[in-house]
Amino acid sequence: MTNGPLILEAPLAPKQTRLEELWRLFKQNRLAIIGLFIFVLFFITAILGAVLTSGRDPLFDPALIRLQEKLLPPLSRPHVDALPPQEVPTFGRYLFGTDDLGRDVFSRMLQGAWVSLTVGFVAVGISVMVGIFMGGIAGYFGEHHLRWNHILGVTLLLAATVMGAMGNVWTSLGLLMAGGLCLSLFRLVKPYRKLRFTTAWLFKNAVSVDTLIMRMVDIMLCFPSFFLILTVVALLPASMYNIMIVIGLTSWMGTTRFVRAEFLSLREQDFVTAARALGIGNFRIIFRHMMPNAIAPVLVSSTIGIATAILTEAGLSFLGFGVPPPHATWGNILSGGKGFIFDAPWLTFIPGIAILIVVLCFNLFGEGLRDAMNPKLRER
Amino acid sequence: MDSQERILLKVEGLKKYFPVRRGFFQRTAAHIKAVDGVDFAIAEGKSVGLVGESGCGKSTVARVILKLLEPDAGRIVYKGRDITPLSPKEMKPLRKEMQIVFQDPFSSLNPRMTVGQSIEEGLRILGLSKNRRQGRRDELLEMVGLSAMTADRYPHEFSGGQRQRVGVARALSVESSLIICDEPISALDVSIQAQIINLLKDLQDRLDLSYLFISHDLNVVGYLSDTVAVMYLGHVVEYARADTLFEDPRHPYTRVLLSAVPSVEADLTSKIKTLKGEVPSPMDPPPGCKFQGRCPLVEPRCKQGEIDFSRVGEDHLVRCWKAT
Repeated sequence: MTNGPLILEAPLAPKQTRLEELWRLFKQNRLAIIGLFIFVLFFITAILGAVLTSGRDPLFDPALIRLQEKLLPPLSRPHVDALPPQEVPTFGRYLFGTDDLGRDVFSRMLQGAWVSLTVGFVAVGISVMVGIFMGGIAGYFGEHHLRWNHILGVTLLLAATVMGAMGNVWTSLGLLMAGGLCLSLFRLVKPYRKLRFTTAWLFKNAVSVDTLIMRMVDIMLCFPSFFLILTVVALLPASMYNIMIVIGLTSWMGTTRFVRAEFLSLREQDFVTAARALGIGNFRIIFRHMMPNAIAPVLVSSTIGIATAILTEAGLSFLGFGVPPPHATWGNILSGGKGFIFDAPWLTFIPGIAILIVVLCFNLFGEGLRDAMNPKLRER
Repeated sequence: MDSQERILLKVEGLKKYFPVRRGFFQRTAAHIKAVDGVDFAIAEGKSVGLVGESGCGKSTVARVILKLLEPDAGRIVYKGRDITPLSPKEMKPLRKEMQIVFQDPFSSLNPRMTVGQSIEEGLRILGLSKNRRQGRRDELLEMVGLSAMTADRYPHEFSGGQRQRVGVARALSVESSLIICDEPISALDVSIQAQIINLLKDLQDRLDLSYLFISHDLNVVGYLSDTVAVMYLGHVVEYARADTLFEDPRHPYTRVLLSAVPSVEADLTSKIKTLKGEVPSPMDPPPGCKFQGRCPLVEPRCKQGEIDFSRVGEDHLVRCWKAT
């Protein structure tokens, strides 16, 4: 047997990265390609829209009111002689018509695209981050048990946060100290036998981490999420950021289940055992070894999640709970147009069709991605 | 074991029970006695073979020794130090010295890391700089018979045998002195098995490694090991030097195993002894000798009381009445 740098077996297969392989499979799905194309188009439009409709003197002004020009159909020309020159729309036409206040629908759609895009991405970003975190903990540390003193401590810390938020500084500090004490109690009473005996009930195992997180997921899934969002939004001051955060924080459950399931199966794989045998830290095992293997299906489901978030935002805006009025979103254009559906159908149809197309494309793209990544679904 | 040899690893009365939980409250209803009394010792630079049929607890022994699972009873003594009570933190420096090579070359490498990265994970533990890591990585790859050019390729581009070589390289990446080979060849083609065995043997000579070689293939174990422990249903039934075991097996189970080994010099007159019955469930093994239900020599006294090792020769221990 030789020990030189010999390759003793069959030559290596031609080098093809996973990305190339994925693209080759993805390309075969025509609908998914269309989805990707419109996704990119929407992305560019939204970014351009944000640039062109903001600033002190925007190219397309979505807030400019020209009462004498109200409810003009798409592609109609403005009455140039009746308008001051700075109010004449760019391109010399109202591409998508005007609404009941004479605002240019095209400009408003551009501005709304940016809202939809950011709400979609930020909300899904939040939900994916929370989901990966919770799912990762449930999957990797699930067998560990929480003791009663942990639960008591965390409750006290939460109470401290609430008190702090209400401005009650001293109570908050007191609760903070008590919570910290509770969490570190085990180490504190360890040297004293008698104390250890009297506080023993605090160190009984209460629930496993997995049970705690997965029951939280079940509880969250019990709420009809749209009404939960409505309630929370009604309590919070209306702003785009609150909407994003609320949508994000009510849609992490699916990702959590996903990531947990992936982690449970990955944890038993030999390469993770090997990493543990090498003495690599838990943190590195989770993020360097397991996460890259678990992330692909999460990304797929998050593309579809973006579509859902856009729909939810549009629904909220339609009901008047969304982004506050001067700012245009596809939902509130739709909402504003519903009173004129027979006189000015474009006010309803243009944002409606835009939502339809974008949501459909995200779904098609996400499904195409999933098929390309999952070899079992390929041969259909 | 010769007394002048330095013992690297000693395992005494090792036990590992897995609870079986049932019902709504997840009460522990029973225990699967996966490992129920395993003793052996590995001398520096030597190999011990651990043989037994599927499900007898061989792989669990490997994981317990590495402290990836906590033992329920017994002692693991490494270089004269009892490592059984060590916390994960205290165990960390020792992890560099004990490594494992797995059975399945397809799940033992991270599919999202190049093989170079997989090997470098071990070198990172040693705290080497990036340049030194890459140099050492190439050395390791060449040591196991792969070209250093393969470092930036992904596992799916390799064959089973090549992956197994990468697995060996990863096990060598730290300062290993004990390598546990958990059936390293049973997932490979016969032609490639020989290459991996030779590689392991060769590395042992060069690097003065000790092996715990787990397998169900007696031929391979006989070729690689100095001492062999035969396991049945969670405990060791016979423990002897490899040559003694093959020439003079004493436990009826070992005899049956040896008679089932395929051989080139086919002796058509000697029939292969087959065992009747099934292995009892490790949840409730029979009292007394665990082999009683299938043993051709069974007697009433086999069914009462735990049977201890009896010494039948120099370094030859058997758990059977009939052996002496």
